[in-house]
Amino acid sequence: MNNNLQKQLLKRSKAAKLERLGKTVSFLALMLITLTVFAIIIFVASKGLSTFFTNHVNWIDFLTGKNWNPNVTNAKGQPEVGALPMISGSFVVTILSALLATPFAIGTAIFMNEISPHRGAKLLQPVIELLVGIPSVVYGFIGLTVVVPAVRSVFGGSGFGILAGTFVLFVMILPTVTSMSVDALRSVPRYYREAALALGATQWQTIYKVVLRAATPGMLTAIVFGMARAFGEALAVQMVIGNAALMPTSLVSPASTLTSVLTTGIGNTVMGSLQNNALWSLALVLLVMSLIFNLVIRMIGRKGAMSK
Amino acid sequence: MNPKLSNRVAITVLYVIASTIVVILAALLGYIIISGLPALSWHFLTSPARAFTSGGGIGIQLFNSFYLLILTMLISFPIALGAGIYLNEYAKQNWVTSLVRTAIEILSSLPSVVVGLFGFLIFVVQFGFGFSILSGAFALTFFNLPLLTRSIEEALAAVPDEQREGGLALGLSKWETVLHIIVPAALPTILTGVILSAGRIFGEAAALIFTAGQSAPALNFTDWNPFNIASPLNPMRPAETLAVHIWKINSEGIMPDAKAISSGSSAVLVISVLAFNLLARFVGHRLFKRLTAG
Amino acid sequence: MLINPSSPHSDDGWLARNIVDPSLKISEPIVLETKQLHVYYGDNEAIHEADLKFLEHQISALIGPSGSGKSTFLRSLNRMNDGVARVTGEILYRGVDVNRSEIDVYEMRRRIGMVFQRPNPFPKSIYDNITFALKRRGITDKQTLDEAVETSLKQAALWDEVKDQLKKSALALSGGQQQRLCIARALAVKPDILLLDEPASALDPVSTSKLEETLLQLKNDYTIIIVTHNMQQAARISDYTAFFNMGWALEYDETSQIFTSPQVQLTNNYVAGDFG
Repeated sequence: MNNNLQKQLLKRSKAAKLERLGKTVSFLALMLITLTVFAIIIFVASKGLSTFFTNHVNWIDFLTGKNWNPNVTNAKGQPEVGALPMISGSFVVTILSALLATPFAIGTAIFMNEISPHRGAKLLQPVIELLVGIPSVVYGFIGLTVVVPAVRSVFGGSGFGILAGTFVLFVMILPTVTSMSVDALRSVPRYYREAALALGATQWQTIYKVVLRAATPGMLTAIVFGMARAFGEALAVQMVIGNAALMPTSLVSPASTLTSVLTTGIGNTVMGSLQNNALWSLALVLLVMSLIFNLVIRMIGRKGAMSK
Repeated sequence: MNPKLSNRVAITVLYVIASTIVVILAALLGYIIISGLPALSWHFLTSPARAFTSGGGIGIQLFNSFYLLILTMLISFPIALGAGIYLNEYAKQNWVTSLVRTAIEILSSLPSVVVGLFGFLIFVVQFGFGFSILSGAFALTFFNLPLLTRSIEEALAAVPDEQREGGLALGLSKWETVLHIIVPAALPTILTGVILSAGRIFGEAAALIFTAGQSAPALNFTDWNPFNIASPLNPMRPAETLAVHIWKINSEGIMPDAKAISSGSSAVLVISVLAFNLLARFVGHRLFKRLTAG
Repeated sequence: MLINPSSPHSDDGWLARNIVDPSLKISEPIVLETKQLHVYYGDNEAIHEADLKFLEHQISALIGPSGSGKSTFLRSLNRMNDGVARVTGEILYRGVDVNRSEIDVYEMRRRIGMVFQRPNPFPKSIYDNITFALKRRGITDKQTLDEAVETSLKQAALWDEVKDQLKKSALALSGGQQQRLCIARALAVKPDILLLDEPASALDPVSTSKLEETLLQLKNDYTIIIVTHNMQQAARISDYTAFFNMGWALEYDETSQIFTSPQVQLTNNYVAGDFG
């Protein structure tokens, strides 16, 4: 009788087989995503590096050269693929839009979490969700039809340029930074505020000296996150920046970013040509920057966790 | 400045800032709807685009957007579900898991144009799919997977462990328990995540311009055989979506009514995204009620 | 005074441990037996060598202060702690050691069912809650399923209350009804042993007494092991009682013995209400 029971208990049941199958299948799904990420990095890197290894462009010249004209060879007999105009264009719009968005985002987050956590937050939450939801081409289109003409009438010139790009990116990253800042404020324990208020601090003193300090790592993460978005945003910026691969000299003259040159260029070059490889190198710069932003966010997170 | 006064000033400034954001959204939506509504008509929504003359519509682009959305969801949902289940139910806390989580985070923060370029390289060129719905759907899948996986994982994590124990104690495998109890219990939240990500996919253009392509060949809406070239269901045809269309006509459009078409298309796009948002709320709420009440 | 349970006696007449073998007194077969059972959470030993025997058609209660290890012990019996804790020693189910990796835990858990502290009905209808596991096991015949629903609901004394609303969501039931539904759900897969982990702790007194009646009925067909923090409950329904403290099974004896003349001082203190 016991032998019989033992046999039944040792037999692999349907449940055991299903468990094995399910665990394997779901693991494969997860691996598929992971491998995709590695594949993206490897493929973009190998294409992007071919400018340097196949076409023998000096990578320092690439990063610091101020002339982008892949069809032309320069005095040294090398093609003119200086990416500095686009790299600086990307950085300038990113930094400016982050500078502009940060006070608004943090102010709104404070308002939602500290000043009017019920009525204000209830109104602003959907506002922020909707701002996130508006597609980037729509932002680009509004930039093109509203922001560019406005810049033109105020500052003259064509209106296309870094300033227009900054305004568009400002609105685009605003909701991201705001909602992440709200999360950061929300994670500050309530008793911090109660303690400060009980000591006789005003609400603003409490916010400024206690809550904001405690939420600093989270806020920084939010800002870097917003910057990463701004740096990688393609179409909206491309539609308003003017797409002139020139070193930015003024905020209101046409310029370009890594993404804008990529979106306009990739379709007009032949795969494997230097012109095409050079564009892939821009994509690689974009990828590396995205990884760096990621790393920075991780470092802030780790530091924040340590100081707690 | 004394503390009381600075407190008042600061709070006033915060009110101003918060109102500014509301005003920005109101202005954006107002502008999109007001400038777009005059262009909207049944003709506009259903007829094909015209390249050089005015009077074109967005029928094909609209169809492409939906078709691409559905195809992307069909590919990405099972993968995201599997990945979300593994992460929440099986993954141990070790270096493999943290590597995987890092990879997903990286994917979610990659610029969509990079994802699009990768899709171009792999599907359009290497696999020879050309500019096609299929290439676009794969690119959008990569774009969609990290967020969808995370939202599914969170939805599963919100289901109490008692439910898992309930299944295990009946002699069922964890897999059966998850698939037949935990996932259904998390369905309202999962669906909300799916619909929200659908809105994101619907408006995405950068990942598509080099994968699904920038042209919208005429379709024969009476031919539903996916193997015919003019069939709307053919996944191997190039398919400009509504979002790509807006970008395209503003970058190089030469039809005289480009602006009106962009306004109309933008309105359609934004209204669709609004609808996705509302639907997400509604579905989540409704399903939740149905699951919990008698 | 704390006694080190590994030394057999203390000087003042109390035993350090008193574990009796119920099979010496009652001629029912041993259904479940633990031998040298240790449970570890990481480096922390949560159960120190528990050797207990549970007989067929008996209700055995596990009592003790919170953190004493009684729940951990119970959850180890059908290996619900797999992946959470490390369990060494033997768990003999009708003579077969089920604490081995070759054992199919799913078939084992079907035979050794469990009901939890908080009622955990699935967010499905009453009917589907009970038939769920059966359907997963490949039973699709409607008549068989209907019968299973009726039988197990009757066994759990819930049939009369819900027979007209089987399609209703289980979550709409009261807490006490939910808990009896969970028992019915466990019974539907025809287990041999029923493990209950403080099943009444979330229930009101009326529901609790109803649950206790149900358990006394079930005893005729099943072997029941119940963890409870309610000593009166243990006294009312159980045949044998084990007292746990700080990971040790200190005393195991007939329930009446435990509550009237315990042999271990700590048991005495606990049932007298001095701590816990």
